[in-house]
Amino acid sequence: MFVAWRELNFARGRFALLASVVAMLMVLVGFLSGLAAGLASQNVSSVLGFKADQIVFAKPADGQKLSLSESAVTREQFDTWVSASGVDAVRPLSVQQSKMSSPDASTTVALMSSTRGKGTPVPSDDSSVSVSQTAADELGVAVGDRVTISGSDFKVAAITDDAWFSHTPAVWLSRDGWLKVDRSGEFANVFLVNGSADWEAVNTSASTQSASTLGSLSAIGSFTSEAGSLGMMVALLFAISALVLSAFFTVWTMQRSADIAVLKALGSSTRALLIDSLGQALVVLTAGIGVGLALVLGFGALAGQVLPFVISPFTTLLPALVMGVLGLAGVAFALKSITKANPLSALGGNR
Amino acid sequence: MIHLDHVTVTFPDGDSRITAVNDVSLRGEPGTVTGIIGPSGSGKSSLLAVASTLVSPDSGHVWIDDVDAAQLTAKEAAVLRRERLGIVFQQSNLLPALSSFDQLRVMNHLGGRASRRETNKVNAKAAELLAAVGLAGQEHKRPHQLSGGQRQRVNIARALMNDPRVLIVDEPTSALDQQRGAEIIDLILRLSQDMNTATLLVTHDLVHLPRMDAVVEMVDGRLSTARSTALVTV
Ligand SMILES: Nc1ncnc2c1ncn2[C@@H]1O[C@H](COP(=O)(O)OP(=O)(O)OP(=O)(O)O)[C@@H](O)[C@H]1O
Ligand SMILES: [Mg+2]
Repeated sequence: MFVAWRELNFARGRFALLASVVAMLMVLVGFLSGLAAGLASQNVSSVLGFKADQIVFAKPADGQKLSLSESAVTREQFDTWVSASGVDAVRPLSVQQSKMSSPDASTTVALMSSTRGKGTPVPSDDSSVSVSQTAADELGVAVGDRVTISGSDFKVAAITDDAWFSHTPAVWLSRDGWLKVDRSGEFANVFLVNGSADWEAVNTSASTQSASTLGSLSAIGSFTSEAGSLGMMVALLFAISALVLSAFFTVWTMQRSADIAVLKALGSSTRALLIDSLGQALVVLTAGIGVGLALVLGFGALAGQVLPFVISPFTTLLPALVMGVLGLAGVAFALKSITKANPLSALGGNR
Repeated sequence: MIHLDHVTVTFPDGDSRITAVNDVSLRGEPGTVTGIIGPSGSGKSSLLAVASTLVSPDSGHVWIDDVDAAQLTAKEAAVLRRERLGIVFQQSNLLPALSSFDQLRVMNHLGGRASRRETNKVNAKAAELLAAVGLAGQEHKRPHQLSGGQRQRVNIARALMNDPRVLIVDEPTSALDQQRGAEIIDLILRLSQDMNTATLLVTHDLVHLPRMDAVVEMVDGRLSTARSTALVTV
């Protein structure tokens, strides 16, 4: 790194420019990751919270994809699942979006009903609801207040941690309470199943189709298209940063090919030259990514108040790491000319 | 000591090969300067390239003390260059980002990370050499802040950084005026003696020849021995 540090200092304008580009790309990547995670969480966080081993859907018609809100499972299917060996627990889950009002405000919520269990904080009587934090905030209600859903009155029995379904905050009713607001007349949308059974066999005998929780996410509203498009933007940004770094270091290495030939003629090992250049790139990358990350954390905290935005290692450190690794790969690609540089060209007569 | 023993070097030239150095034998003893002259294209630089292990000969031996450089891999040759050879280029090929002081110190970093223990020794050596070439006080200047002659002095000091056994110099005065050129040649003669290097020096300038310990002339890739010895007394 002897020469590398001195070059960084000597050409600091150029390197600072490159680092700012990396920083900006990192800001974009960080924002998109945070936003993607935020949107995803507003879409599916309640489902992830169920901790179900399998989610059981009605078998969709040929050519149709699984859809949680369109699935309708029956009492008979419920009985088949309950009596299947290896199945420990089956919770019927009903979901529908609906308007909920308090005296001061109204908002759209995801009404959910099930039996009590992990991630299903169902109230104990049919005239109560458990309201997730965001819904409570939007309606300005506290425990003990009254809310109205589809003309029926409910008491807020509990305010639970944030949980979302299809971009609406979750509100929980008991199975009996559900009957007061249900428009579909169906037994339930899906079953949340825990245990370890031969899922295939039970599915066949109940004519259902089940999937793991993660495998079920694509059955929720717009999850696939949201995650897909944001994910693609992030991937594109990764590719752009790798390309930018590769292009910069290609030009940079070409510019100093004469210097590289001289160093080789003086007896520098190719390895030392490569380490030097990669180290140089790493310095630029670290600086750029570091500044970018700091901006993401700073602005992210602000944006989190108005946007669905999640700051977690998964949306900051992971993309930063990927960016660093891909950037270095791009640089490594640009360093071929170091291996190829001919020290002979350093000697006077042949220049 | 450097001993070229029946060395032949060819380069690809379209479909055939061009013989740049043709069966040349030459010996340079420690503390002496051997001048190499000859018309353009006669193979002087090629001879220096093979002597400095930058090309391997097609046949023959290149003895640097007890090592035959002709037998070395590229990697081993690089180690030999940084440990036993000093090379002064025609252009003063200094690194633009480095101060004069660092141009010398970099020689201690060519093999990768240098040991900290040596830092003081290396710094002292660099300062001493810069003073020896008359550049005391110019240590902090980068190449673009130096004159052509000063750059060539840094170049010479750099070549001497690792106490080379052999010093190889290709037309060090071609970019300089008469006066500066003469000073540079003087410097090389003096330092070769002081540091006991076996020096090979290519030059166009015949006025310097009388002060060399030996002179050889190349013609068409061969040594023309007849004129070579006589030239010393020109
Ligand atoms: N890398 C190379 N590839 C192909 N041919 C080369 C190469 N280097 C030298 N030659 C050829 O070898 C011959 C000798 O060249 P060389 O550079 O050794 O001459 P020179 O005596 O140093 O000339 P000058 O005084 O002009 O520097 C020339 O015909 C040249 O074209
Ligand atoms: Mg030449």
